[in-house]
Amino acid sequence: MLLKRLTEASGVSGNEKEVRDIIISEIKNHVDSLKIDRLGNIITYKKGRDTSKTLMVTAHMDEVGLMVTDIDSIGLLKFTTVGGVDKRILVSKPVAVGRDKIKGVIGAKPIHLQKREEWTRALNINELYIDIGAKSKEEAERLVNIGDYVSFYSDYVEFGDGLVKAKALDNRVGCNLLINLIKEVNDISFYGVFTVMEEIGLVGSGPAAYEVNPDISIVLEGTLCYDMPKLDSHLIPTYINKGPAISLIDRTTVFNATLRNKIIDIAERNNIPYQYRKTSMGGNDSGKIHITKGGSITTTISVPCRYIHSPASVMSQSDYNNTYALLKAILAEFEREEL
Amino acid sequence: MDTKTLLELLCNGKGVSGYEYTIKDTIVSAFDKYSDEISVDNLGNVLALKKGSTKEDNIKIMLAGHMDEIGLMVKDIEDNGFIRFTNIGGIDPRTILGQEVIVHGKKDLFGVVGSKPPHLQDPSEHDKAIKMEDMTIDIGYSKEEVEKLVNIGDTITIRRELLNLQGDRVASKALDDRAGIAVLFECIKELGKIRHEADVYFVSTVQEEVSMAGALTGAYKINPDIGIAVDVGFGTTPELSKSDTIELGKGPGITLGGNIHPRLRQKLTEVAREYNIPFQMEISPGPTGTDARAMQITREGIPSLCLSIPLRYMHTSVEVIDMVDIKHTAKLLAFFIASISNDSLEGLLCY
Repeated sequence: MLLKRLTEASGVSGNEKEVRDIIISEIKNHVDSLKIDRLGNIITYKKGRDTSKTLMVTAHMDEVGLMVTDIDSIGLLKFTTVGGVDKRILVSKPVAVGRDKIKGVIGAKPIHLQKREEWTRALNINELYIDIGAKSKEEAERLVNIGDYVSFYSDYVEFGDGLVKAKALDNRVGCNLLINLIKEVNDISFYGVFTVMEEIGLVGSGPAAYEVNPDISIVLEGTLCYDMPKLDSHLIPTYINKGPAISLIDRTTVFNATLRNKIIDIAERNNIPYQYRKTSMGGNDSGKIHITKGGSITTTISVPCRYIHSPASVMSQSDYNNTYALLKAILAEFEREEL
Repeated sequence: MDTKTLLELLCNGKGVSGYEYTIKDTIVSAFDKYSDEISVDNLGNVLALKKGSTKEDNIKIMLAGHMDEIGLMVKDIEDNGFIRFTNIGGIDPRTILGQEVIVHGKKDLFGVVGSKPPHLQDPSEHDKAIKMEDMTIDIGYSKEEVEKLVNIGDTITIRRELLNLQGDRVASKALDDRAGIAVLFECIKELGKIRHEADVYFVSTVQEEVSMAGALTGAYKINPDIGIAVDVGFGTTPELSKSDTIELGKGPGITLGGNIHPRLRQKLTEVAREYNIPFQMEISPGPTGTDARAMQITREGIPSLCLSIPLRYMHTSVEVIDMVDIKHTAKLLAFFIASISNDSLEGLLCY
């Protein structure tokens, strides 16, 4: 299954090769051109009917993770975070280190030896380390290099009423949507772009947009979801199972209202459920894309993901399906020159 | 069965204190082949007896490794189907956030432990640990469905499979104290090769983490001459002081202190030296908080010993041990048992 392969692959920002290779093998027979640019972005073009405007659909390939910074005197690995990782979700988790995916664990001080006030305090990154079972610094040095990327070790699981648990749903879910779009939409001209290093500052998308020079861009994402019952609805960024989330504003983009209203109109005409992404927190590749060259209009359409940026993020298959349906409807509208 | 295979089966099994019956069959089928009698008592302890080589009225030695593990319990179900929970046994709440769990409802249900995401927290909260009461378990069903599948009081375990690290080291949940049962298993196999006079009871005890109930009732029933707990000890890591810990790969910790019979402990170290088995001293002046404590005060008092397998990150779901220590601990136990004769015991117990 594609989403399983995509999420179980390691692709911490700056180290997207494993993910990139899966994507290329999936799409290479379905595109008219495919190039990997100097940063590692995949830029593909599908030729359909001629349109007056250039459409680009993007998804970032990278995920948050860790990087080895030191090996201590007894062979434990010190690390730093790559992208936005809440230090509190690291304790007591397994990880995979480096290209050979050496298994390790992030342990914690036994509760028995703690004072009560200790467990009310979050552990800092510099108090944590990865234990790969090496007995000495020398043994660890044979297996691990400083600078090795570390990803969460977490499998793909389907559970509950149509939900999926995996690491890196942000943004392998976007990659999966775009791969399927490239495979299944054949009569519409568009650029499909898979970007690198979104999580460490929207690095890949600017140069990719510079090359493509789009008029309209659709950024596909997995986004924040927290839908607790006793919360005021304006505090809920997105709900699970309520369809694709359409962005209003975030830290990097004030989204074009005309395009947004057209998309909502498309959703309503096609009876596709949708919701607004009701938080201004976070940001994504749109932030760079909409200001590249002479500028372009953008929208971000996201699949809500609970526990995002953790080893166990959760999304709903129905949200995926509705997001995909909306995308196809938007592309059809684009082909009719009505977007 | 290979001892490591048994350890993996036990660690991947799920048996929170009071609910150990789920791994009972695995233990019975492993020990059955090597024991003369095997039984399960009222509380769920598994007692495997290997008889001594001499006449009747053999002295009795009881070995105890506890089969229960720490875990969680369902407390409430939210309107959106999320589960609120509490802990069974000592758990650092910081080790629970973001874990995958199995909720043992009408069937085993996969779930994820979540909380308010950091993006929605006030920045001042970022350095505070999330409290267990602010966490929820998401099993992906509506409240209506959850209520059909889950009852208040159902137990929950962390979803974790034993992970092979470098060399002989492994990481898992519940190595405390399924590693102790692995030592018992390795020991019963060793004793098949060595002559011993004592009747040896290999007891997989229940409820050590909450009350030591299994060791208390098991020791009462067996009424052994010597009780030996095989548990885990704090493994050395950078944040712990060396004097509080024992090192992985350097043999069992032999506990010293009021819980431990001094002459027997001395004999244990003599045996270790005689057979070149590495060991470390573990200092515990008061009650040890292991089955050795329960055995010591059973009936009119039972001379007790405690051996500790060095283990890092105790009571997390990524506890780490070195399999070499399982071998060393089991060897030491077997040679110690073989060194005790019906005639020599009296002298050893004299103060």
